[in-house]
Order: sequence, then structure tokens, then C-alpha cells
Amino acid sequence: MDTKKIKMPYGITGEKIQEVEREVPITEPDGWPVNAQLKQVGKSIKRLDAEAKVTGAARYTSDMQLPGMLIGRALIATYPSANIKGIDTSAAEKLPGVYGIHIMKNEDDREYPIIRYAGQPIVAVAAINEDIAEEAIDLIKVAYERKNFVVDIEKAMTPESPIVYEAAVEQEESEGGEEIAEGLKLEGNVRGPNQGQPRGELEAGFAAADVVLEQTYRTQVQTHNALESHGMIVDWRPDGVTIYASTQGTQGVRDEFADLFDLPRSKVRVIVEYMGGGFGAKHGLGTYGGAAGHLSKMTGRPVKMMASRKEEQISQGNRPNSIQRLKVGVTKKGDLTAIEQESYGTAGVGLGAGVGGVAQGMYTCPNFRTRQYDVFTHAGPGAAWRAPGAVQGIFGLEQMMDELAEAIDMDPMALREKIDPSRIRKAARKMGAERFDWSRRKPKASDTGPIKKGIGMAQSSWWRIHNLNATVEVKLLRDGALEVRSGVQDIGTGTKTILAQIVAEEFGLQTEDVMVRIGDTLFPDAPGSGGSQVTASITPAARNAAYQVKMKLFDQVAKILEVDASTLKLENGMIFSTKDSSKKISFQEASKKLPVSQITATESRTPEYKGDYLHWDLGSVQFAELSVDTETGHIHIDKIVAAHSCGRPINVRQVESQINGGVIQGISYALYEDRILDRNTGHMVNHTLDTYKATYAADIPEIDIVLLEDYNAKSSTDAYGIGEPANIATAAAIANAVYNAIGVRIREIPITPDKVLKALNQV
Amino acid sequence: MKKISWFEATTLEEAQREANATVSDFLGKEKADGAIIKSGGIDVLDLMKEGLIAPDRIVNMRNIPGLDQISYDPRKGLEIGANVTLTEIENNEGIQINYLALHRAVAKAATPQLRNMSTLGGNLAQRTRCWYFRSIDHPCLRKGGFICFAKQGENEYHSIMNNGGCSSVYASSVATALLALDAQVVIVTKDGAKKQVAINEFFVPPHVDASRENILKPGEIITAVTIPPSGRSQKSYYIKEGTRASFDWALADVAVVLEMSGKKCKSAKIALGAAAPVPLRAEAAESVLVEEGVSPATAKKAADVAMQDATPLEKNGYKVAIFKAIIKRAIEKTI
Ligand SMILES: Cc1cc2nc3c(=O)[nH]c(=O)nc-3n(C[C@H](O)[C@H](O)[C@H](O)COP(=O)(O)OP(=O)(O)OC[C@H]3O[C@@H](n4cnc5c(N)ncnc54)[C@H](O)[C@@H]3O)c2cc1C
Repeated sequence: MDTKKIKMPYGITGEKIQEVEREVPITEPDGWPVNAQLKQVGKSIKRLDAEAKVTGAARYTSDMQLPGMLIGRALIATYPSANIKGIDTSAAEKLPGVYGIHIMKNEDDREYPIIRYAGQPIVAVAAINEDIAEEAIDLIKVAYERKNFVVDIEKAMTPESPIVYEAAVEQEESEGGEEIAEGLKLEGNVRGPNQGQPRGELEAGFAAADVVLEQTYRTQVQTHNALESHGMIVDWRPDGVTIYASTQGTQGVRDEFADLFDLPRSKVRVIVEYMGGGFGAKHGLGTYGGAAGHLSKMTGRPVKMMASRKEEQISQGNRPNSIQRLKVGVTKKGDLTAIEQESYGTAGVGLGAGVGGVAQGMYTCPNFRTRQYDVFTHAGPGAAWRAPGAVQGIFGLEQMMDELAEAIDMDPMALREKIDPSRIRKAARKMGAERFDWSRRKPKASDTGPIKKGIGMAQSSWWRIHNLNATVEVKLLRDGALEVRSGVQDIGTGTKTILAQIVAEEFGLQTEDVMVRIGDTLFPDAPGSGGSQVTASITPAARNAAYQVKMKLFDQVAKILEVDASTLKLENGMIFSTKDSSKKISFQEASKKLPVSQITATESRTPEYKGDYLHWDLGSVQFAELSVDTETGHIHIDKIVAAHSCGRPINVRQVESQINGGVIQGISYALYEDRILDRNTGHMVNHTLDTYKATYAADIPEIDIVLLEDYNAKSSTDAYGIGEPANIATAAAIANAVYNAIGVRIREIPITPDKVLKALNQV
Repeated sequence: MKKISWFEATTLEEAQREANATVSDFLGKEKADGAIIKSGGIDVLDLMKEGLIAPDRIVNMRNIPGLDQISYDPRKGLEIGANVTLTEIENNEGIQINYLALHRAVAKAATPQLRNMSTLGGNLAQRTRCWYFRSIDHPCLRKGGFICFAKQGENEYHSIMNNGGCSSVYASSVATALLALDAQVVIVTKDGAKKQVAINEFFVPPHVDASRENILKPGEIITAVTIPPSGRSQKSYYIKEGTRASFDWALADVAVVLEMSGKKCKSAKIALGAAAPVPLRAEAAESVLVEEGVSPATAKKAADVAMQDATPLEKNGYKVAIFKAIIKRAIEKTI
């Protein structure tokens, strides 16, 4: 392919920005300067759909009503472990208004599903309204043969524990989910180990250390609890199927549906215009999407199947827990000599309960080994959850780093300075510490009254993920109107708005001048919103397509102006020749003269440009300031400072909004959320919104964001993700601050009043 | 949810004629019909959503005239109508000045949105938030079953006193303040007669009848709550500890009402919420203050004494520590 050499910014704002040369395909535009010199990109631009969302005009899947639509509801299991001997649906079938009944099997060769957790969906019913569907559910009789069960991870690991799966289990990871290694051994309920990529010699490493610490850290199960629950509407017609889905990936739903029902992909259309919250569990068809498909096929009517709040909490995904043992050696000077990690986690009946690659990759350490195990329990399946693995892993790793720093009498920031090779986190540490005023950190437990203040910090790492399967079509019409089309979805992250910004920047227009049509598989394919990959994948494709449209327009204009197309430029609504400024035409006039009524170009993401990254990962540093009431155990978060990088930020306000959301969920994870299963009955006891405690408005502190621009010169937009990185470091920063406040380390979240008071020997 | 009909009551008599059931009439029964009273509707709807009650008729008493007034008479005291919302109580200046404990209890309950909807009558008569009680999958003592699932189960939010049978805690934290303030509940009985009961007699502990938490019979309606005059020497305070600052129930709450004469404490009333299945007076702790006066030292002693008979369960020992801290603080804050 023909290439050209272009100049691009390279470096971090606040430090030195250099210019580097990159060899790029001839079909791509020249490099953008830094954000300060752009007009639409890198600004805080209001979301295109802001009004629709705050006025309630936006219609989510759960709001949709189609003519003739049936409502689907599910019968869920009463027991955590059972074989089903029979399901009697005869009374339900006779109930007027019931159109279809579908049994949700989980084993191909069996008539009935095997029950592996309380709340597992068993039968789906479609009826003319919700009341009748629920009445029908009540009429269905299930004959259970109850079996012993285990919901506690540590009990599940013992030889005498009831077994969840008799034979080896393989499952596919969801998009952007925690990697699931194949072919691992299953012994009892324990599957693994996944050993990542070991390096060096552990024994020699520990021998070289001055201090070796070994500790165990624990994290809880967190449910997704999306405001709009999981679910879909499937409208099966003879000429094709249309699915309205509350999904993080239109393409994934289409492909899974087509495969399941043996349809060509061209016959399945998936639409999501507005999405009410997705943190990793809304990829693919899901149990309810599949059931709605069967029911719609059976009845010939659209069927809507959304999870109830209780079902949302129990069966629609969660962040697995973890019990992580870390053994780390360090020299007096602060060099890490060896890291040994062993973890057990349960994703219930699912897989993917590892603690990620942060211990392996974040810090310089020659010797490393990990063994990560999944433990099956009779509980709802885990799913990807905003930085799967990394959130759990960082909770252990970043507390351990603080423990090591204390053991060698070093400031926690100074230790990171020593062991962290990332120049981006180095810059984030510097700017964050200034904003936060790290210098005021006092020795642990220095406050004398019952309320003790503490400050702490933690860092995080996430990959720079991009996906070449990201395609955008840009269309210019004769009236100068521009339209962007892609199958990519906007799950609330602002994808729609950034696409408009990119195209507007390329044409010198305003963001709101660009019409964006996305969230529909009628348009070109794009990846799911997982792995924080969407912005990095879709924005270069959008810019390149816009550039191609512009080039085609310039070809037309060159003929009109009788100049060479390569001399043309578009600025402030005028197209002119850089050789002869009298040769010019307005963008509007030029569009009017198009020979056909439109110009379109469709481009996919191209591979990253050759050349070095500033650092391979996306780094963040978060600081927490809090007060601990040592008599009631109550923790009040006073302030969080979050210093983040995401390549070139496209929309500053939206990036900040993602960081706010990540920090809030991090606080919630650190202090409140916990899925509680009754150990005697196996049922989730806190499935309601008042008992499943998530951060509420009054608990949210000031969140001060330091946003770095880190230019790597790797694509035509040089943008990366922020969704997941924003959520990783918060819990560890809070735990470190709690230690600084009270002088006792709490290695388990959520840090409830119970745990604080126990740590202080008050219970 | 099954189909319901709606009855819009315009008088107490109408509401009483229509309403033939209370929550306990539905509990543990697979099929039960009946008409139930609703004021704010928050608890009624939550119980219906969980499938615990399935009334076929809702009797809306929210718009019956005359039940939405707050009045104060220096000799008779305070009277708050049953349909007065928690927000209205919170915003009432007289209550803030004369009955600080009540003001604080109301202001710390639930969330602003919920307080806009909650009525005082409904708040007092709401059922426990014990998660086993609220779950159709757990046929507990209160629902005609034979065990309290919390005993050997997940009991971090359960009671630490009087928990031999059912170990739930009373949901209303407003009731804690009302107990310390010696409130009376005004009830019209089925025959139209009015009776006043001391609030501690309004609650029904589980050893008396586990299926109910208050004395209300079908067709009986709370019309008002009265509180004796506060007098100059009376001071009060209230503290609630929840996991979260808002949208949360009490892990522990305490109301203190003291009558001081110079340095002497003439009378002390300390009420504890979320400690036992019904709100409790900490009488031994009250005696400490009356006998030894009010100081940081006696406040601490009273707090310890209040907790000396606590019988925490496996996971809620921490609540004892919280109670000790907030009882001490509330006493100190009162004077
Ligand atoms: C998330 C959440 C948090 C909360 N936190 C707190 C808290 O911290 N502290 C607190 O005190 N409360 C709290 N509440 C309770 C809330 O404030 C309401 O007071 C309560 O839910 C019921 O009030 P209501 O008026 O809606 O009652 P309704 O639901 O209308 O009625 C409740 C019950 O009382 C009966 N009833 C209603 N009015 C009368 C009457 N006049 N006479 C006889 N019977 C009557 C009904 O039949 C029903 O059984 C919380 C609620 C929620 C959902």
C-alpha cells in the first residue's frame, strides 16, 4: 500500500510534547496537532442526546411498545441445586392470554435444565400483559429433586463439598471480559490454575530481598445492577428478525442470535438507540434474549423479556469475588525482587474469576509467578464487570505495595517512583500529588479524637485495546449535510457525540451539524463496548472515512476551480487552493455541484502506526482522603483526586463523566456493595435496591480530575479508552487511606462498620 | 402483580368500612383476598411487589380531609395527623425547636423523595425490613413458619436484644424518637370510637404475636400521634447510624429526652431503634443519668449499661459498639 510520512505530536501535556514522524497509509489524513489547536475535538461538548435524556424523551428498550407485543416473564428456581423431574405447564397453557411457553434448557441432551443456583431461570412465558404472564408463572408446577449445594467459596474448595459440575467445563469469555484459559483441570469445584506468563526464578528473587511480605486480600461479589435491567424485544417475521436490545454490542447479539437459530446474519437486525447502563454483562444474547427469540418464533409476535430487579441481581451477571495471596520481596532500596500470586475466585456457575494481569505487568520485577483458580459455587454466573480482574487484582497489589513501602520505611509514592516504568503514571503521580497535596500526609493514626483522617493513593493499569473490526460510513449530501453511520452503540459513554466531533473537525463544522446514526446493524459493523476499546477503534475509522469523503469532494472541486486537488484545503467553510488563494469556493456551493446526490466513504480501523508508545498501558493514579469514625466504624470519603490518561481525549466533559462514574462505583465497591447469599438456603437475601447497598448521592464526595493528554502517534485520532481504567484504583486507594487513618490494615472489602470496629478491637 | 381495585376513601368511616385486612392477614397464605389501607403507599407497594401480600383492593386514605394537620398547644402538646408527610414534619419549625429528636429522626429517615411520600401513620405501621421476612423463599416465624432464618443465617442487620424468637428489627426509626418523647397513638376502632394508646403499647413484640408488629386490627386507623408539651427544661436529641448517609435504614438509632433542673437530671428517657424487634426504652441507662447526673462519664456509663444485656448474633456484634458510641454521643448532645 502507498504510504506517506506525516508529523504527529508525541508526549504528555504538562511535560514536553515532541513532534514525531510516522509513515501512514496514503488514504489517511495528516496528523492533528494537540487538542489546544483543534476546534471540536478535545473540547467539552454537550452530548447530542443530552436533552432527550434529561427530559425523558429518550426511549430505552424497556420503554418500547410494539403493536401486538407480548410480555415475557420467567419462572426462576426455588432451590440452589436440583434435578427437575417434571414441569407441568398445562394449567398455564390454558390461561387465556398466554401465547407461548418455553423451557430454558442448559444441557442439550436433557429435557429439563439442571438447577445450579437459586433464581436460575427455568421457564419463560409470553402473554398479552405482565399480569397474565405472572399469573401463568404461578400456575406452572416444577417437580424438583433437591440436591446438596454450596454457596461459600471456601467450603466449595474442600474435598467433601457438593459438586457444581461433574465434568470439565469450558465457557467462552464475553467481549472485553476476563480471559478464560482453555483446557484447565477441574478437581472438585476448583478449576485451574491459569498461570499467565511466569518469568524468572522465584526462589532466587525472594533470596535477594531484604523484606518479604505475604498477605491475603479479599474482595466480594458485586452485581451489575444496571438501572435498565437486562433484556430484549425480539420481533420474528418471516422475512427477518428485528431485535431491540439493551446491549453493549449490536454485532454480538446479531451473531449469537443468528447462530442459535441457524439464520443468515443478514436476516437479523439489532437496534439499540438508548442504553440504560452496561458494565460488562450486557454482551451477547443472554438468557432472556434467547428466550424472547424462542417465544417470538413460536408465537409470531414481538416478545419483550426484561429481567426484574431481583432477576437482574441474581442471574444477570456479577463481578466474581477473590481471595488473593500475594508474596512479594523488596530490597531496602525499593526494588522488587519477586512476586508470587495465588488467587481463588468464584463466578458462581460461570468462569472468569481471575485477578487479571496487573501483578504480572505493572511494575518492574524480574521474577514472577501466578496461579489463578476458578471455584464453582451454586450461585448466579459472573460476567465481565468494568475492568474485570484488574479491579480485584489492584485491590491486593496496591495495598501490598503500601505495606512494602512501610516495611522499608519509604513513602508509598517514592516506592512507586522506583518500581513503575510508566512515564505516564509518573506524570500523573506528579500532577495528582500537587492537586491533592500529598505532602500533608501524616504518619498513620496521628489524629487523637475519635474521628481520624487518612489519605492514601493507588495506581492502575489497563491495556490500550483497539479492534480493527470497526467500520464507519460517512455521507455528504448535496445540501452540505453530513451523516455518520455505524453499527456501534452508545451505552451512555457518549460515542454518538464523539463521532460527530471527529467528522465536524475534519470538515471545519460544528459538532451539532453532523447527524449520527448508530446502534443498528443495518450500518457497518463495529465492536462491542467492552475492554474500553470503542473510542480507540471507531474514531480513526470515522476520521479516515470523513477524510476520504473530503478527498472525493476535492476531486470535484479541483475540476471546477481548475487546480490540482492536492493543493486544496477546507477551512472555515471555504475550500481554497494553497497555491492560489483566489481559487476558492464555499463548502456549501461545492456540495451543491456534486454530480450525484451524495458522496460516501466507508473505512475500517487500520492497524496502529509503527513507532513506540509512550508506555504500553493506560495508567491512572487516584488519591483518597477520608475520615474514619473509630467508635461507629463509619467511613466518610472526603475527596478523591483522579489523575488519568486516555491518549487524546476527544470530549473532555464525557471523559470526566466516565471518571466520575468509575470513582463512584469504586467507592461503592470499597465500602458498600456485597451480594449476600444465605448459607443455609442458597438464596440471595439482598436483591432489592435498599438492601443491596450501592453508593447513594449523599455519600459521593468531591471528585477532582486531572486529565492528561498522552499523545502516542498511533492512529489518525490517537484516542484510547477511559471507561474501565476509571474504576480500577479507587478501592485500593481507599483501603490505603483507611490504614493511614487508623493504623490497622483492612484487607477485605467492603470495608463496613463491622470490619472497621473489628479491626479496632471494638467488637 | 395481580389485578387490584382502588377505593378512594373520602371519610374515615368509608375507609373503615372497606378495609377488612392488615398485612398480617396475608402473611404465609398462598391465596388471601382482602382490602388494605394505603396512605403513602411505599410499604404497601413493596410488600405487593415481593409477593408477600396480594390484596384485591386498595383503600386509599391519603386524601381523607382533616388528617394532614400539625398543631401545637402549650398545654395539650403536639398533635400530628396521620397523613402528615415526613417532609412536613421535617420542615415544621416548632417541632425543630421543641422536639429536636423528632425533627432529627424524620430528617435522617429514607431520602428526600421518600419523605415527600411517606406519611406518619404509614411510617409507624410499616413492616420490618428483615430480608427473610421480605423474601417469599423464606417462610419465617412471622409468616407462620417455624424458624427464624436470621438466627443461623445472615444476621448483620438483625436485633441484638430480645432476639430469642424472631430477630428482626422494627423498620421505623421515627418510632424511636416518638417512644422517647412519650407519644400516644390515636386510633379509631371499627365501631368508630377513638382510643389513645401509649406508643410502647402500640408495638407488638414477636413473643406476643409474631405475625404482627402493631396492635392495629382490620378497619382500625391511626388518625394522629400526640406528644406531651415539651416544657422549658426538656431537651432532646437523636442519632441514627446507617451504612450510607441516605437511602438507608438504621443500623442503630437512639433518641434521648432529658429534663434538667440545673445540674440535676429530673427525668431521662432513652429509646433504642434497630436494637430489638420493637423500639426499646433503655431503662437501666436512664436510671444512671437520673441518679448520677449528666456528664461525659455518666453518658459513657449509661451507654455501657444500656448494652449490658445485649445478646448479639454471629454477625452483628458490631452493632453493640455502635450503640455504645451513639448513646453516649446523643446524651452529650442533648444538654
Ligand atoms: C429505601 C427506604 C428507606 C427508608 N428509610 C427509612 C428510615 O430510615 N426510617 C424510617 O422511619 N423509615 C424509612 N423508610 C420508610 C418510609 O419512610 C415510609 O414511612 C414507609 O415506607 C411507609 O410509609 P407510607 O406512608 O408510604 O405507608 P403505606 O405504605 O401507605 O402504609 C404502610 C402500612 O401502614 C398501614 N397504614 C398506613 N396508614 C395507616 C393509618 N393511618 N392507620 C393504620 N394503618 C395505616 C398500611 O396498611 C400499611 O400496612 C424507608 C423506606 C424506603 C423504601
